[in-house]
Amino acid sequence: MSNSLLSLKDVHANIHQYNILHGVNLEVPKGEVTMLLGRNGAGKTTTLRTIMGLWQAHAGTIELAGMDVTRQPTAQIAKQGVGYVPEDMGIFSDLTVEENMRLAAVSAPLSQERMDRIFLAFPPLKTFWHSAAGNLSGGQKQMLSIARAMAEERQLYLIDEPTKGLAPAIINTMAAALSELKAKGATILMVEQNFEVAKYLGDHCAVMEDGKIIWTGPMNELAQDNELQERLMGLNMEAS
Amino acid sequence: MLKHILSGDMPRSKILSLVLVVIFLGLAFAPFLFPGTRSLDTAARICIFIALVASYDLLLGYTGIVSFAHTMFFGVGAYGVALASVHMGRGFDALIAGTLAGALVAAILAAIIGLFSLRVRAIFFAMITLAVATAVAVLFSQMSGITGGEDGLNFKIPRAQTSAQKYLADPVLGVKINGKLLNYYLMFFGSLALILVFLRVVNSPFGRVLQAIRENEFRAEAVGYKIVFFRTGASIISAVGAAVAGSLYAIWLRYVGPDTTLSFEIMIDILLMVVIGGMGTIYGAVIGATIFVIAQNYLQNLMVVAADATSSLPLLPLIFNPDRWLLWLGILFVLSVYFFPKGVVGRLRGERK
Amino acid sequence: MSTAPQHNPTLGQASLKDRFAPYIPIALVPLLMLVGMVAIQAPSSWMTLTVSGLAMGMMIFIMASGLTLVFGLMDVINFGHGAFVSVGAFIGISILLSLGALTGAPSLFLNILAILAAIVGAMIGAGALGWAFERVIVKPVYGAHLKQILVTMGGMIVVEQLILVLWGPDEIFINRPEALKGAFIFLGAAVEKYRLLAVVFGLGIFFAMRWVLRHTKIGLIVRAGVENGEMVKALGYPLRLVFISIFIAGSALAGLGGVMWGLYQEVITAHMGGNLMVLVFIVVIIGGLGSVEGCFIGALLVGLLQNYVGFLDPKLALVSNIGLMVLILMWRPQGMVPVVRAK
Repeated sequence: MSNSLLSLKDVHANIHQYNILHGVNLEVPKGEVTMLLGRNGAGKTTTLRTIMGLWQAHAGTIELAGMDVTRQPTAQIAKQGVGYVPEDMGIFSDLTVEENMRLAAVSAPLSQERMDRIFLAFPPLKTFWHSAAGNLSGGQKQMLSIARAMAEERQLYLIDEPTKGLAPAIINTMAAALSELKAKGATILMVEQNFEVAKYLGDHCAVMEDGKIIWTGPMNELAQDNELQERLMGLNMEAS
Repeated sequence: MLKHILSGDMPRSKILSLVLVVIFLGLAFAPFLFPGTRSLDTAARICIFIALVASYDLLLGYTGIVSFAHTMFFGVGAYGVALASVHMGRGFDALIAGTLAGALVAAILAAIIGLFSLRVRAIFFAMITLAVATAVAVLFSQMSGITGGEDGLNFKIPRAQTSAQKYLADPVLGVKINGKLLNYYLMFFGSLALILVFLRVVNSPFGRVLQAIRENEFRAEAVGYKIVFFRTGASIISAVGAAVAGSLYAIWLRYVGPDTTLSFEIMIDILLMVVIGGMGTIYGAVIGATIFVIAQNYLQNLMVVAADATSSLPLLPLIFNPDRWLLWLGILFVLSVYFFPKGVVGRLRGERK
Repeated sequence: MSTAPQHNPTLGQASLKDRFAPYIPIALVPLLMLVGMVAIQAPSSWMTLTVSGLAMGMMIFIMASGLTLVFGLMDVINFGHGAFVSVGAFIGISILLSLGALTGAPSLFLNILAILAAIVGAMIGAGALGWAFERVIVKPVYGAHLKQILVTMGGMIVVEQLILVLWGPDEIFINRPEALKGAFIFLGAAVEKYRLLAVVFGLGIFFAMRWVLRHTKIGLIVRAGVENGEMVKALGYPLRLVFISIFIAGSALAGLGGVMWGLYQEVITAHMGGNLMVLVFIVVIIGGLGSVEGCFIGALLVGLLQNYVGFLDPKLALVSNIGLMVLILMWRPQGMVPVVRAK
């Protein structure tokens, strides 16, 4: 794909003897949402962390907008416009919501316009603007985590299981907000276990197994082919 | 047979085996090979420090936690013997009672410190042992009514262990067969017994769990081991070992004081001996203590020579001043930890970092 | 999946106990003073000891604050922190001794000028040493606690010995500048001027540090980094640079503490920093590793207890602080102000 924003070529990473990536090849097209699917332990989170430079790839290359970022430090990668929402949300619970957001705006203070957009997507953040982030509910923390990624102009979002452990009502809020982000032309690489959400948001899809990408293709192709789903992801996925 | 005595933990290197045999024979026949009071003193000191350092290795090398209270336990054992001998009068019963009491107090102290500090984070242990050891050292040097304060305590050991007691009328191979010789062999076999016990401990299922925890705390916990109890257990065994070594040391010196047992400098010596010899090997303690105790005498002489040789230059004579030998030990220590973390034993076994 | 339903959870009302819990540690300080008053009885002695205990606490806080933050940020425990205290003291006191004309004059202005020069020199010296220490000693052993403890301890021994080489083996005695000699009589109790100054100065540093941590961006980064350093990096901040800065600042503060301690004791030795580390460790443990507030409260408690018990029975002063540590760890195993950590 020539319009790839992010491309991984034969990326290897091993961390404490497990969660090993052995040869990940992945293209993330610009302006679209790519879903990273697969069983637990297939290496999805590791892939995101390795892109972010939180774990070193010991072989292979990672290119962002044509630039090799494989050996760059995490902060450098973030500065090039990569917003990261980790699996554990990475909220600073000792800081207020406002302080969390202020920190997330690295290059310039938050503009009113951007703040309005965030509040529109996640109203609770406005309500609890001056509360300690640690006191938020799980769903609100997830909102804050995504809102932080939106605090800057990004060329790529890496989002790790934004609906994990959330109540259905909140999953809807989250999906709506991400859909909004997508409508604005964002490029997103997202790990998702909830197949409904994946179907709703995803344009493309990559399925991982044992630290490798075993299938890539359009999301709707996978969505329509139950047999393929069964074969690729086994019983781990919720039936659709 | 030998394999059984060593608990199946063979040296696993020809040169290492050779060196160990040389040290063993050298110490076993020290009174005959190196006659003279001073040599015998050095040999006894080596024996006792081998045991002391091996007991520390159990904690540092096998369990992977740093304690700065090892001299405290060493001191507790030494003071136990001294106090018992002072109050119960000269006799074997006093030595035995003192040793047992010292070991018991050390075990209790180690259990309390371990349960308190290892419950949360292993890193607390280093800080808390440092604080407690300092407090105890201060206490011992200030409670002069009981401990003799800075002056320490002199006491008498049974006549059967002193040079006043002659066992043979004629010297054998030029060495008088007297109580002093007997006392040396008490040190030798006492330390040997301790080493064999430690080898047994580290090669037991308990020792294997300790190493599993050291390698991967989370996995060991996931498998279901109560980490706190294993670490505290190791700390207790190590403390008892140090206390017994302390008792031996006090019996040998017939004296105990803050400088000979409790001081922080001895703690640094122990650390150096373990690191130089090789952490987590027990045999490292044998080699580290032997090298160190011998080098201690040498190094200071060497520094005098260097200081004289550079006396016309600025600063250098100050650096080579024998009083500054800790400077060199400190540098040696840092470099060993960086570049030589497996120590002499690791090197001889051909292990790479 | 269309519009999201309105979602409005509220923060649960915290129980009275939960809401007061954060304030219990600070209440321990007046409580300890009260206990001290009952135990000591003579009000004038109590007054003198309290001021002296607070002064001591402030100085220990200044020394310990950097250590606790360095641990919080990078999980690095620096057993060589005491070296910065000693080096700061030797540099600062040397400057003070060389400015005899200023310190000897009975002019507050000139005295303060000399002290400022000493402080600046000490902080620069200790900060520079901190920078070198971080690069040479600490950096190669990130993530390995065992080696960290051993190597930093070794580093401290080397620095202490170098002080002995450069300044000679003897302890150095000093007189305080003229304006800081003597005492006020306050409610019948003698309160040394210098101790009062140390209290005021320590409070100033604590509140300045608190302000920086709460109201500046660098403060936010540090607080966030203590909880989850990885996420701070992922937002785009060079955490390692932040860490080095904190390491240097913490070393400089330890140096400042060293000068203040030297003037308090009126004598300095190469081992003073190493000896003080015992109290510093007790303070950071009972405060909660990584917490500046906890460190402050812990330092005051330790300073007060050390003075009260030291008055009643000098032998038990240090032992009493071990007892305090045991009690606090029984109550809160992570220290008085536990720090939330992601990992």
